[in-house]
Amino acid sequence: MISERTLPLLSAIAVLLILYGYGSFAYNGFFGLRLAGYLLTDNAFIIVTAVGMAFVILSGGIDLSVGSMIAFICALMAFLVVKLNLHPLWAILISVLVGTCFGTIMGTIIAVFKIQPFIVTLAGMFMFRGLGYVINTQQVKIDHPFMTTLSDFGVYIGQGELNFVAMVMLVLLAVGVIVSKYTRFGHNVYAIGGDSNSAALLGVNITGTTIRVYALSGFYASVAGILFAVATGSAYPEVGIAVELDAISAVVLGGTLLTGGVGYVFGAFIGGMTFGVIQQLINFDGSLNAASTRIVIGVLLLAFILMQKVILIWARKVTAKPV
Amino acid sequence: MNMNVATAVDEAPPLLSIQNLSKGFAGVRALDDVSFSIRKGEIHALLGENGAGKSTFIKVLTGVYSRDAGQILFEGEAFHANNSGHAQSLGVSTVYQEVNLIPTMTVTENLTLLNQPRRFGLISPRKAEQRAREMLERVGLNIDPSEQLDHFSIAVQQLIAIARALGTKAKLLILDEPTASLDADEVSRLFELMTELKAQGISIIFVTHFLDQVYRISDRITVLRNGQYVDTYNTAELPQSELIRAMVGKSLDELSKDTGAESRAVQDTLFAIDQYGKQRCLEPVDLTVARGEIVGLAGMLGSGRTELCNLIFGVDSVDSGEMTLAGQSQSIRSPKQAIDAGMAYCPEDRKVDGIVAELSVRENMILALQAKRGWLRPIPMAEQKAMVEEMIDRLSIKTPNMNKPIGELSGGNQQKVILARWLLTHPQLLLLDEPTRGIDVGAHHDIIEIMNELCEQGMSLLVASSELEELVVFAHRVAIMKDRRKVKELTGSEISQQSIVAAIAQ
Amino acid sequence: MMNLKGLSINPKIWGPILSLVAIIVIMGIIDPGFVRIEFKDGRFYGSLIDVLVRATPTAIIALGMAVVIGTRGIDLSVGSVVAICGAVAAMLITETDLSFASVMVLSLAAGGVIGMLNGIMVSYIGIQPIIATLILMVSGRGIAQLITGGRSVSFDSVAMDIIGSGMFLAIPVRIWIAAGLLLLTILVMRKTAIGLFIESVGANARASRYVGIEARLFKMFAYVFSGICAALAGVILIADVGIAEINRLGLWLELDAILAVVLAGGSLNGGRIYLGLTIIGALIIQTLTTIIFSSGVPVEYNLIVKASIILAVLLVQSPTTQAAIKDLNMKRKGVRT
Repeated sequence: MISERTLPLLSAIAVLLILYGYGSFAYNGFFGLRLAGYLLTDNAFIIVTAVGMAFVILSGGIDLSVGSMIAFICALMAFLVVKLNLHPLWAILISVLVGTCFGTIMGTIIAVFKIQPFIVTLAGMFMFRGLGYVINTQQVKIDHPFMTTLSDFGVYIGQGELNFVAMVMLVLLAVGVIVSKYTRFGHNVYAIGGDSNSAALLGVNITGTTIRVYALSGFYASVAGILFAVATGSAYPEVGIAVELDAISAVVLGGTLLTGGVGYVFGAFIGGMTFGVIQQLINFDGSLNAASTRIVIGVLLLAFILMQKVILIWARKVTAKPV
Repeated sequence: MNMNVATAVDEAPPLLSIQNLSKGFAGVRALDDVSFSIRKGEIHALLGENGAGKSTFIKVLTGVYSRDAGQILFEGEAFHANNSGHAQSLGVSTVYQEVNLIPTMTVTENLTLLNQPRRFGLISPRKAEQRAREMLERVGLNIDPSEQLDHFSIAVQQLIAIARALGTKAKLLILDEPTASLDADEVSRLFELMTELKAQGISIIFVTHFLDQVYRISDRITVLRNGQYVDTYNTAELPQSELIRAMVGKSLDELSKDTGAESRAVQDTLFAIDQYGKQRCLEPVDLTVARGEIVGLAGMLGSGRTELCNLIFGVDSVDSGEMTLAGQSQSIRSPKQAIDAGMAYCPEDRKVDGIVAELSVRENMILALQAKRGWLRPIPMAEQKAMVEEMIDRLSIKTPNMNKPIGELSGGNQQKVILARWLLTHPQLLLLDEPTRGIDVGAHHDIIEIMNELCEQGMSLLVASSELEELVVFAHRVAIMKDRRKVKELTGSEISQQSIVAAIAQ
Repeated sequence: MMNLKGLSINPKIWGPILSLVAIIVIMGIIDPGFVRIEFKDGRFYGSLIDVLVRATPTAIIALGMAVVIGTRGIDLSVGSVVAICGAVAAMLITETDLSFASVMVLSLAAGGVIGMLNGIMVSYIGIQPIIATLILMVSGRGIAQLITGGRSVSFDSVAMDIIGSGMFLAIPVRIWIAAGLLLLTILVMRKTAIGLFIESVGANARASRYVGIEARLFKMFAYVFSGICAALAGVILIADVGIAEINRLGLWLELDAILAVVLAGGSLNGGRIYLGLTIIGALIIQTLTTIIFSSGVPVEYNLIVKASIILAVLLVQSPTTQAAIKDLNMKRKGVRT
């Protein structure tokens, strides 16, 4: 059903299909499972980050710290595995725990001290980037048989490989969608993003929900960091620069309203894939600068934000709402 | 603690009994030793002017505020809600004037929020929708609950909010200004529902400003004034004029028959509006103001006084009617246009719409004149200081110096600064909405004096006020507003507190 | 420099100044070399001079940011604007025969146009400032790379050398530029009514509407001004090194600028604009950076220190803390309601 709720997501899917269709038509080897598998793997950590970001944006907030969080988690993984000789499984557990804790702390500052999320997470962005540098300033190889096992694990579907990273992404995406649609927490997130004053009067625990939203974003960002470490087998401090912007863009391109309350977590997947398809189109084309990806994303972002404005105005007119 | 024995003689024990409830904020007693009770299955109107303590009462009852003293008995047991959600689970639900639901969620999601039916730990959308339908049925709504809430009109949203408030075990329903943005048909529908709920044994506290509606629907009326309990009446036995006197705080004998200002021969009409109105906001109004005349706008809270001022000044846009000012037809769509046309407006809510708290007295005072001149022609500092000093002197504004942030001044002095702000623009027509509310006696007197002075100098004033005794003193003519329309106009010797009250009570 | 009477009334204003002085004094006690200023070969040398020189780009951007924050907005795109305008200037110098003056005018105009786009989105289309400026934050660096073709552009220009490291009356030219901009901004803000209107709109938008202030125009102005400031900073930054390195140019600068404004006491909720103090804020940030650089503490701690400071300031400013302090004072005075 087409309504103001679904229209942005439907347009997002349409944009993705059009771009993918164009690529398949214009370039050999674009269409097919091989590239599909590659797209899933290559964009996994952006999509995972974007799923966490979707919750934050749906709640009416923003999390600028996720890119630095990824770098910090990578560095922490490397430190735990290489320096402390911990088994990667332990390292993964500890890293995710630490990342989630940091998210919780930011959420607490936002919710309890009532400071705007963007500035708190901006400070978080500095902090995690700095902590990442403190742990190691150089590129470090994370050499461990278990890491290799993880990164090599995969199943082939035709020509396309669905590997560990892509699987984790799909699982976390599914978890995100279920949490947003079928749990009280998920509905509370929509409620405080839609109208936090009303939500409070209805009895929604604003403080608790906000804290959990940022904790969740911290969790997803840390997993994204681990996926990055697994995929590349290394950690270097410049990892994840501007990933927060990619994740926010993915969420918006997936049809979520930046003002909060409206959108679907699944849109983060669509947005992330759109991102990847644009990158591939530019790769296949060859004549375009890699930097154009960012510009195309920026233009699409603008288009979607304007479209959402128009839809809102249109919806207000159609549903003759008095006063 | 002295128990109020007089009210406790009902045969059946009351559903809710309020005993000696008090609540203060920063030294002001918003609720002062209030005691009354609500019977089972009655519609109980709660009335009072601004600052009477109605909203404080609701918030204390539902646990949004903590009480300073007193006791609340609900079904004979001590009642202590921690928040509105807790109050609801105890059987006391509130529906606020602004529909407090989430506009971006579906009706189902709104109705089941925090209480969704679950299967295997996850929300079951099917069961949720079923429950939503049951809840909607209770308020007689037959709509698709999977639609987004803001697709429905305010009236329907209001009913949905009531459906949610009723939940499964509401015994007391508080409706805070539920009819404020409804049209006549929608009000009737709401009243039908209220009657039906009453028949089911649910008690309703009905807070409103519409006196006619009180008489249409309520069984009993409790009046609060300045945080104090005035009395509880049986609606059927209470004449409207008595009710208004109770709300205004004067007994019949105290109400003066004195008439105040002489009428002025209306020779030179400065300002006129013809059928000026807006749907759901104000029924079309005709009004004129002559040069050098003070026209009062009388009426209870919510009668349409403020709405009329906002429409005239372009804060809100009219959808019907015409305006002429100084012989020229005007089409005012924004305050800027109104100012350029020669109007000025001291709004009712000084803190929100008047002062810029952070800025200094001087900056606040010159703001309107500067905005009129535009950014390119700044008023030279020496000139500013001279103007501000003159105004501080003329209006006897008490401030240590003109650079003090206005937020640190007392209410009366803030009001004078806002008045000075507009006087500096030399308006032809000055609109004042409740110019003396919440200010001390001295400043009160000063402001009335200034108004008279301005009028002597030929300025025209339109003054909305709920303080009848002062309206009588300064107004040459009084337009009486009631239930969002103008019901009567009194001139010169016709104006007295009694005649105004009589007109409102008609 | 601003209103001297105003200074004496508001104790808030002394906070940033005293903090800066305290930092310098403490450092001077620990390491006297830090406060030593030498004069030789017609110029001053010393850590403090170094701080002044290095703080100029941040200070310039922070001026623009202060005005935007005054309108209750935020400009996240300044880092990208620095990169774009740096790229524009570098390309104009290397690829055209335009005079230096034209290069400057065009580069700054580019910043102004970008600011105008932000301004249109915020004030006329009604998109929240964070989001409107985020779009350019995302795509700006890409645009800069497109302008230079993805490479770093090095150039040789006497005029740029003068901006980057030249001296005038024994004081670096870029300090003159920053001081000139500060003076100009104060003139524009205080000698016209723009400053008053912006502060009024930022502090109470509703009341400003009631007095007939055309809020959109002034919000627009703020973003254009911020764009121009960022462009100027971009030119100075590339002049400093003689090369426009797009990937790093202006990175993190938006954060430093916001931090400077917050340190100056500017509220993110709009209102009072403290131009002079914003410069002090930028100096505090640079002093700390220089101290970290010169003290042997790993440079990486710089980011952590900045993050901790911004958090500390925000926590103190936060409504919750303020209410708690008020409560405490009330209790101490024995005021009971």
